[in-house]
Amino acid sequence: MTLASIIAAGILTYFTRMTMIALISRDMLGDKIKAVLEYVPSAVFPAIIFPGIFINDYGTFIEMNDPKIFGALVAVIVGYFSKNIIATILAGLVSYWFLIFVIFS
Amino acid sequence: MLTKKQLFKRGMLDISPHMLSVIPFGIICGAIGVELGFNPYLVYAMSFIIFGGASQIVFLQLLSGGASSLVAVTSVGIINSRHLLYGAVLSEYLEKLSFIKKLLISYVVVDQGFAESNKFFKKHRTEEYLHYHLIGTGCTMWVCWQTATLSGIILGSFVPEELGLKFAIPLTFIAIVVQDLKKLDHVIVMITCGLSSLLFFDAPFKSYIIISPVIALFVAALLLRLKK
Repeated sequence: MTLASIIAAGILTYFTRMTMIALISRDMLGDKIKAVLEYVPSAVFPAIIFPGIFINDYGTFIEMNDPKIFGALVAVIVGYFSKNIIATILAGLVSYWFLIFVIFS
Repeated sequence: MLTKKQLFKRGMLDISPHMLSVIPFGIICGAIGVELGFNPYLVYAMSFIIFGGASQIVFLQLLSGGASSLVAVTSVGIINSRHLLYGAVLSEYLEKLSFIKKLLISYVVVDQGFAESNKFFKKHRTEEYLHYHLIGTGCTMWVCWQTATLSGIILGSFVPEELGLKFAIPLTFIAIVVQDLKKLDHVIVMITCGLSSLLFFDAPFKSYIIISPVIALFVAALLLRLKK
């Protein structure tokens, strides 16, 4: 790893952040595109969520009885009703730990 | 009308719960870099120069696995290309800012900051200094990320690996989208994205992270057409 490669990756990353904010004006996006952009959070974040649950560190699918699936389900239910971020994360983690440390140990 | 200071604080407050997952992940990220045998100064330089959680880990892993710099740099660019979508959404709210301010604010746009600021913007469209909320979320993330990766580099992985704290990352994003499960169209878009990400997980350069949102947005466009 060289400083030059980090700087190249950094510049590339900065451009992904800056391009649309600095170079696009409101008139360039039509109403239809704006309506589709309303879905960006729902269209992007599951690409972080799903692999984070269903794919392990070695890049292969987990078993269907993996504790992460249970933890994620608990997080969804608690999050839906509590509307609280900390409660959602803790519920998911604690139920995951309960399975790996108490049930499966 | 809220003042700049109030908006900045509100941004800090809105993103702070996510630090519960960001801080352990940052520590792991810093510790992995040192464990893989890289120069600690360079590992930290990534946090400052790239400032993008998952892409930093991929960068380290690819290089330690013998991939060329070109492959590693390309992968970082592709993983982070999702920011183009965030920028397109945010541009509407940041339009009035000067070009220089837009250039500066861009550096602190991150996933959780975009998510929380976008939620705030939708409810408070008329506020004059909206961008201070985004600066608040971004700066909070920046300070926590620098501190967390730095402590991981210096202290090593003092977070026990058995706790599986990487799992906190999908949980943090579940907390962000979970309220949209009330809307059927959003559920369809989410499932499309999630399944596509698993289907294309092995696509080169980690491109599943941008392929699946593009597919999901196409589905969203179709749904909008059906609604009419």
